[in-house]
Amino acid sequence: MSTISINHKTSALRSVLSGSQEAIVSSWMNEMSGATRRSDLINDAGVRTQCAQFLRLMNEAIEAGGVNFQSNAWNAVREMLGEISQSRAQQGFSPSETAMFVFSAKRPIFTLLRQACKNDADAFASESWAATEILDSMGVYTMEIYQKSREEIIKRQQEELLELSTPVVKLWDGILALPIIGTLDSARTQVVMESLLQAIVQTNSRVAIIDITGVPTVDTVVAQHLLKTVTAARLMGADCIISGVRPQIAQTIVHLGINLLDVSTKATLAAAFKVALDRSGFSLVREKQSGEGQRG
Amino acid sequence: MGQYLLVTIQVDMHDRLAMSLQDDLTKMISETETRGVLIDISSLEIVDSFIGRMLANIAAMSRVLDAETVVVGMQPAVAITLVELGLSLPGVQTALNVDKGMELLQSSRNGNREMYGGRFN
Repeated sequence: MSTISINHKTSALRSVLSGSQEAIVSSWMNEMSGATRRSDLINDAGVRTQCAQFLRLMNEAIEAGGVNFQSNAWNAVREMLGEISQSRAQQGFSPSETAMFVFSAKRPIFTLLRQACKNDADAFASESWAATEILDSMGVYTMEIYQKSREEIIKRQQEELLELSTPVVKLWDGILALPIIGTLDSARTQVVMESLLQAIVQTNSRVAIIDITGVPTVDTVVAQHLLKTVTAARLMGADCIISGVRPQIAQTIVHLGINLLDVSTKATLAAAFKVALDRSGFSLVREKQSGEGQRG
Repeated sequence: MGQYLLVTIQVDMHDRLAMSLQDDLTKMISETETRGVLIDISSLEIVDSFIGRMLANIAAMSRVLDAETVVVGMQPAVAITLVELGLSLPGVQTALNVDKGMELLQSSRNGNREMYGGRFN
């Protein structure tokens, strides 16, 4: 970044910032309410305090260290901007709404600058250049922090989702069920596989039912992941049944030419459970005939 | 152990050890005319593709010598590694622990394959 030393030319900017704070804040608020204020998410008083504090810090920073935004003098400003954009990202402001907090300060400052250097075009040019430079780098910085905190939120949610979505349920002695909800990607397969194998060891299970009722689509990658899980379970000495194959998914699997012949598949979890019971040597017998429904 | 051989692998397998195991085991099978081999790999924590292939080889060799091989006690991490290496050990029977492996051998000797067979279609 070209840091032209214009310390001596920021006098008007400084006097504007320190002298006409009230005026700037009011017209700044006007600008914001015209463009993108979200009165449903944050109230006027809050914004006004933020603006005033921000201007004060900015003024101090310019007094101390000129217009180089990277310098230490701007630490306090950066901190405050960071806090503001972080809290806005969490409150659900859009990117442009967050950026407008900084950019909408341009017009009031420029207007006052113009008044301050009425007859001196040269001075006005350099003053406004300094102001532009500083406001722009603040805007960019705001966006950067905003983006960062959004990414953090997404990442955290992803992790939570990952933990939520892989329960291994013990259905019976030696029979496990693994209901999978959502799309299987490699990271999830890894977690699913690990927790399944761990559970097989812990519960001494011989049969594992993988229920894919909650998997929206099965493509070649998902099928491959499923087969991997089945193979790993087989290596541990447990047999896998895939259940919950919906009609569309069955069609897709055949159309894609995925070979699931080595794996036993069932349409419903109930059917798979019955097979699993059979295989483990259990049988279910109804002792009392209740109602008219009669089953074997 | 009874009419079966039990091989417990307790040290980290390196390649030469694996080869000598292969030799010893085949010799033993033919000497004792055993009908079943249990390979317990529950203390094995690291596998590579060579070990994986060796397990498959041992199974194939024993089959030629008319003995069934059951690999028992595989660690989850080992299973995952083998799958990631693309080794699914086709033709090798597996069981969770020695007890279950023994049951498996017993039942398959009795011809009761559908009870404890490798798959159930």
